[in-house]
Amino acid sequence: MKSTRIAAAATITALALTACGGEKVGETTTPGSAAAAAPCGTFNLAVNPWVGYEATAAVIAYVAEKDLGCTVTKKDLKEEISWQGFATGEVDAIVENWGHDDLKKKYIDEQKVAVAAGSTGNKGIIGWYVPPWMAEKNPDILDHKNLNKYAAQFKTSESGDKGQLLDGDPSFVTNDEALVKNLKLDYKVVYAGSETALITAFRQAESKKTPLIGYFYEPQWFLAEVPLKKVSLPAYTAGCDADAAKVACDYPEYDLDKIVSKKFADANGPAYNLVKNFNWTNDDQNVVAKYIAQDKMSAADAAKKWVEANPDKVKAWLAG
Amino acid sequence: MAVTTLAAPRSAGRRIGRPVLVAAVLLAWVVLWIPVHGMHTLGLSPADLTPLHRWLNDVNDTVGANRDSSPVFLYFFNEIRAAIDALVTFLQDLIAQPSYGRPVPVLGWLGVVALVAYVSWVFGNWRVALLAAGGFVLLGLQGLWTESMDTLALTLAAVAISLLVGIPLGVWAGLSDRFHRLITPALDFMQTMPTFVYLAPLTLLFLIGPASATIATLIYAMPPAIRLTAHGIRSVHPSAVEATESLGATGRQKLFKVLLPLSKRTIVLGVNQTIMAALSMVTIAALIDAPGLGKSVVKALQTLDVGTAFNAGLAIVVLAIVLDRVTTAAGDRVRRTGPSSRLRRPLVALLGILAAACCYMSYTYVWAAEFPDTYRIGGAISRGADTVTVWAQDHLFAVTDAVKNLVTYALLNPLQALLTESPWWLVAAVAVLLAALIGGVRAAVVTAACLALLIGTGLWQDAMTTLAMTIVATLLVMLLGIVLGVWMGRNRHVDRIVRPVLDAGQTMPAFVYLVPFVALFAATRFTAIVAAVVFAAPVAIKIVADGVRGIPATTVEAATAAGSSTWQLITKVQLPMARRSLTLAANQGLIYVLSMVVVGGLVGAGALGYDVVAGFSQSQLYGKGLAAGAAIVLLGIMLDRIARASSPSNTRKGH
Repeated sequence: MKSTRIAAAATITALALTACGGEKVGETTTPGSAAAAAPCGTFNLAVNPWVGYEATAAVIAYVAEKDLGCTVTKKDLKEEISWQGFATGEVDAIVENWGHDDLKKKYIDEQKVAVAAGSTGNKGIIGWYVPPWMAEKNPDILDHKNLNKYAAQFKTSESGDKGQLLDGDPSFVTNDEALVKNLKLDYKVVYAGSETALITAFRQAESKKTPLIGYFYEPQWFLAEVPLKKVSLPAYTAGCDADAAKVACDYPEYDLDKIVSKKFADANGPAYNLVKNFNWTNDDQNVVAKYIAQDKMSAADAAKKWVEANPDKVKAWLAG
Repeated sequence: MAVTTLAAPRSAGRRIGRPVLVAAVLLAWVVLWIPVHGMHTLGLSPADLTPLHRWLNDVNDTVGANRDSSPVFLYFFNEIRAAIDALVTFLQDLIAQPSYGRPVPVLGWLGVVALVAYVSWVFGNWRVALLAAGGFVLLGLQGLWTESMDTLALTLAAVAISLLVGIPLGVWAGLSDRFHRLITPALDFMQTMPTFVYLAPLTLLFLIGPASATIATLIYAMPPAIRLTAHGIRSVHPSAVEATESLGATGRQKLFKVLLPLSKRTIVLGVNQTIMAALSMVTIAALIDAPGLGKSVVKALQTLDVGTAFNAGLAIVVLAIVLDRVTTAAGDRVRRTGPSSRLRRPLVALLGILAAACCYMSYTYVWAAEFPDTYRIGGAISRGADTVTVWAQDHLFAVTDAVKNLVTYALLNPLQALLTESPWWLVAAVAVLLAALIGGVRAAVVTAACLALLIGTGLWQDAMTTLAMTIVATLLVMLLGIVLGVWMGRNRHVDRIVRPVLDAGQTMPAFVYLVPFVALFAATRFTAIVAAVVFAAPVAIKIVADGVRGIPATTVEAATAAGSSTWQLITKVQLPMARRSLTLAANQGLIYVLSMVVVGGLVGAGALGYDVVAGFSQSQLYGKGLAAGAAIVLLGIMLDRIARASSPSNTRKGH
């Protein structure tokens, strides 16, 4: 009978498989138990969705795990939700914060659940950029006073009879509509809507040699691939951006900083001290970001490579 | 039946005048536009807020500030969170994550594959069991076993809760007309409100973690289970119910012995749709730290690594196809509950033992626990996808750019100018008139109410811009739906080849193809339209194909015998007879297009989509994002009610 034959085959196969065996689970030593003695505990690290942040977070996480024996839980979150995590106790640290004065006011001053933990040493620059081929061909485009001369070249299906100024990631505050109006530029702001779209647009503009001007920022891994050129706007002076509708000056240079939850700071553990002391340069971050973005290394491997090449810097963070 | 025949001559008489009237209204609009355009357009710049938006911000802040003191949080939300967290963590421990002090999950890959194949066979058939086993092995070969199991665990948890809550609610809605009326708008709301709007509040209520991700998923996934259960119960033939009532059955007996068994097949379809909807949320849930394949997609996109994103997206498609085919086969089996073969019972037991043996081995031995990394095809898939993308970006750009400009200048820009530059009262008057002509008085009333609320959101002009894109996208969806749907409906071979592609279009996360689309069409409204068409066209095509195939063979034969050419057969017989399917396709296509508005906002659509995305990213824009989400819901309800009122299936409604 058919069924008996199938049954026999099944039983035999099952028996054969159980008999043949192999290495059993748990026979080899379990990894990662070596550093369990250190008094660090769990460290909840928010990871915001851009590569520069990931580079910083990866290095901090690597050092915290390897040198301090912490259990690092990385949480992939947008900025706003990370800050919210301070209030609910789910996030201990944000390690690359771009301004966000409104969130500082809300969580540091009003709810008192977060505290600032100093600069990362990175300088954030925001502005208008053009692909390198354009800057080479028309060097005077890098001055905003000449932008109207080129407006016609930047016309697209989205901007009507004006030049298109491509704005990007909705995560960052932009003054571009006010800037266009107050500098009397013949441009229309078009919202690309995501960093992905913005980078793709610039990449395509450089490879196809098509005109494009848009909002961008550094440090950013993409600048290592295509070194975009920044257009100068009227210099930033303190308070020149006080009235959002009347802004006619460049964006301020952001001192990128670290924010930690109050609870985490008060506990004053080794992980907090590491976050507080952490400091590096834009070049440092760009190296790690390049490992991740262009060399396709995992964040942990990229961090390991950088830490091993820069023992002095790491030692300074651990000393304090 | 009698009602339909009586109504026929009357509606035929009306139909002669209706298109003329509609055309007249549209013509009057264009003529009026010339002198009045630019007046009362209710524009609002992206950075500006209305008092309503500020008020919504304040509400959000108040909730956040009171989270730790309010008893509602301490005893209600926190309990729900803990229960769901426990469920998801349990499933992850079982199949995905190292657990119970072991370096591997309880069940390794061999156990999961064996169990999935066994369950597929028991509830489905041999074919789907093989497909399921093959699909799951493929996940391992792609190098994404752990991620896939994380996604599966989260999806299973969301689906289980959806069914636990959704099926009883669906039964209730099936039995009570009043509850049905009450819950329908709530379901519309759950399905069209963009997820981005409630992600941040959810993490405020349920904290960051599996609970929030599961709840975000089930808000979107539960409505199909409720709708289809209710639909199943309502479709049970009244004579069956009367028969049981005359036999003196209690309400309980009636439900469990008659209504539920007779609507089982529709309920299984609801389960199927719920699973599909849950899988479509994988990437969005990753934005609040949901583990699994979504994270791989999102991470890869940060470095514009299309290949890696595609590999992970493909794994989601594989999971979706396996789960879809298995539940569909289970549904078909439910329908044919004939006496099973005598051999089945011993076979069930024996294969059960075999599956259990596999589970035991995957618990015990390393080779069966961790997917061996000797065979990997993930890298090859990524490289292949990269090569295709780069080639397309380099060689197709001239063509795609021309297509983009053609559609934008010839269709989109004029339509958008008409909608956004007309005074609001003109657009509102035209919309109400059209609704009255197409859908009748009730549709006109709903339209007027939706328009009033749209003005209330403070985002009128953005809503009109989004509406223009929605109309163009829906037109393209219908064009594809009719051409491919008729082709597939007439030819089984074409159907077999095209269908998996359609499944992929529906389940491949949009995030994966955004990069090549932006490269080909730039960051424009047209890119947003193309993304919406990729997602929405498959539904329309499937419905049209289904409609064309549903036409009785005798009718087609008669027309062929009478000497009709193929063209005549299609235009005079098949399309008119599939009219109800065409309406349904347009309706569903439209809803799917609207659900892509936010994704469009990520690639240059601006308007409501951008408002929602920005609201998710910047706290001071939160209220505006919420209002934009509401505006999308309003557009959806308005268009849906007009389409439904005009659809022929509606004439036979009511009890």
